[in-house]
Amino acid sequence: MIKSKSTRLGDWVIAAFCFLVILVCLLPLVNVLARSLSSSEALIRGEVTLWPKGLNYESYKLVFNDSKYIWSLGWTAILTFICTLVSMVMTTICAYPLTYDNLKGRKVINTLIIFTMYFNAGTIPNYLLLKDLDLINNPLVLIIPSCLSVFNMIIMRSFLYGIPESLRESAEIDGAGPVRTLFSIYLPLSTSVIATLSLFYAVGRWNGFSDALMYMGNRKYYPIQLLLYNIINNVSSIEVSAQDGFNKPGLSDGLKAATVMFATVPILLVYPWLQRYFIAGVTIGAVKG
Amino acid sequence: MSENTQKLINYLKRYWTLYLLLVLPIAYFFIFRYIPMTYIQIAFKKYSIVKSVWEMPWADSNGFEYFIKAFSNADFLYALRNTISLNLLDLVIGFPAPIILALLLNELAFVKFKRLTQTVAYMPHFLSWIIISGIALQLFAPSTGLANIMLNSLGFETIPFLNDPKHWIATYILLGVWQSVGWNSIIYLAALTGINPELYEAASIDGAGRFKKMWHVTLPGLRSTIIVLLIMNLGRILGSEFDRPYALRNPLVDNVSNVISTFVYTNGIRGLQFSLTTAVGLFQSVVCVVFLIGANSLAKKFGERGIW
Repeated sequence: MIKSKSTRLGDWVIAAFCFLVILVCLLPLVNVLARSLSSSEALIRGEVTLWPKGLNYESYKLVFNDSKYIWSLGWTAILTFICTLVSMVMTTICAYPLTYDNLKGRKVINTLIIFTMYFNAGTIPNYLLLKDLDLINNPLVLIIPSCLSVFNMIIMRSFLYGIPESLRESAEIDGAGPVRTLFSIYLPLSTSVIATLSLFYAVGRWNGFSDALMYMGNRKYYPIQLLLYNIINNVSSIEVSAQDGFNKPGLSDGLKAATVMFATVPILLVYPWLQRYFIAGVTIGAVKG
Repeated sequence: MSENTQKLINYLKRYWTLYLLLVLPIAYFFIFRYIPMTYIQIAFKKYSIVKSVWEMPWADSNGFEYFIKAFSNADFLYALRNTISLNLLDLVIGFPAPIILALLLNELAFVKFKRLTQTVAYMPHFLSWIIISGIALQLFAPSTGLANIMLNSLGFETIPFLNDPKHWIATYILLGVWQSVGWNSIIYLAALTGINPELYEAASIDGAGRFKKMWHVTLPGLRSTIIVLLIMNLGRILGSEFDRPYALRNPLVDNVSNVISTFVYTNGIRGLQFSLTTAVGLFQSVVCVVFLIGANSLAKKFGERGIW
């Protein structure tokens, strides 16, 4: 197609705007990275913009030597793995039976589940229940109460629903029961939705903050976001062990930047690879929302 | 044995494993979603730590004591006002932003560059509000942050982005756009692929330029998506996120940054006023449901699909 001159100019204007979007998204991170690598003097003088001034790795060394921070990163990684696994199992065993049209009681179960998406008992009732169950301060409180998201379950269900019923029927004729069909036919065809939802659950846990703030009083089990919040806001100096860098004005800024980078990098490494999957996931979720 | 019972037995023989699979999820919803609903009665009762929810004595004023207390509590009224005004600003500024981005991406002629823009624009969605607040505190620091260094070098005065109520509100809203605009554009971009290309060709033949096509073909193609998302957003007008205001607030802006969720946290879980905060939470949930139903039936009145 031949384009007129003005169209080509329009293309460039739009491209320039998109370039601006890229800059606005990336520059804050570049700035934090530069700060984490800069000397404290340069930070105090306000000289650090997008390139480190007085390049040094002091902040990273301090963070690496801080046993609490490293422990929290490791614990959050383990927690994220467990949560993702548990959530995926729960999501699958909830969504799969609901794709059987002839399942008796399906409508009732469906309605009762969807209802919880629109009406939630509220923060305090949830908190008091966990207290009565003796889950407060127990590491399980970071796993169980959030192990099944209705929204993700609906995405899973819609996806499984899209798998042709003839495949299921042929498996049933061969004598396979529902569980066998799930493993031999449905799951192998569902890698994209499994990847998407695993990403959603994993990011949700890695970024999870409020449940830890409300339910977890045991410092040993602080996930990374809670520890990071306390560091950023100077909640208390005991959060960070003997390293006194967090109390020195300039160095403290560099250190905070380094701790932010540590919590950010794992996510930045994962999400771009799953992009083509999660776009499909979001779209299904929006249509059926 | 009657024929029906035999049918039922055959049915169960075949499908009992499906019910077995559902046991855990149903138990989950029952315990963690429905049992808490029985605790809602605390809103109408005097909370006591030694009694079960069923045994607690009813509150005064026919049980509405804590609702009356909430609406005469200055902190709550501030939180209510802030929740509504921040959500309205999010709606006015944050809602159109992804539509505009999707329209631009749709017009972008360079395919690889389009993909790059998308990947980068999705990134902020994957950052937690704690990380974003950490970035914001560094970026917007009064004299040493990048934003103010740039403003100063261009000859502008230092802006107290996070330390002054008015600027804090603007920063809060814009950070929200920053975090969600790329992600929210996905839905619109998906809807755009459903538009019949022949419509564009027909418009071109009729002599429509880029903007005319956007206005007369692309936007109408997004109409139902926009309306569904608008309903959901209207339903959340009194809803409140927790992480975002909690992570971004500081003592200097308490008057504008406290919302219902942070009020419930500070006065309930920290302040132990369980009856008061349960009442506040119930008020919030009920209003949300009413708004959602209202917005949905309004959409249906205008001939749209709605969300159920």
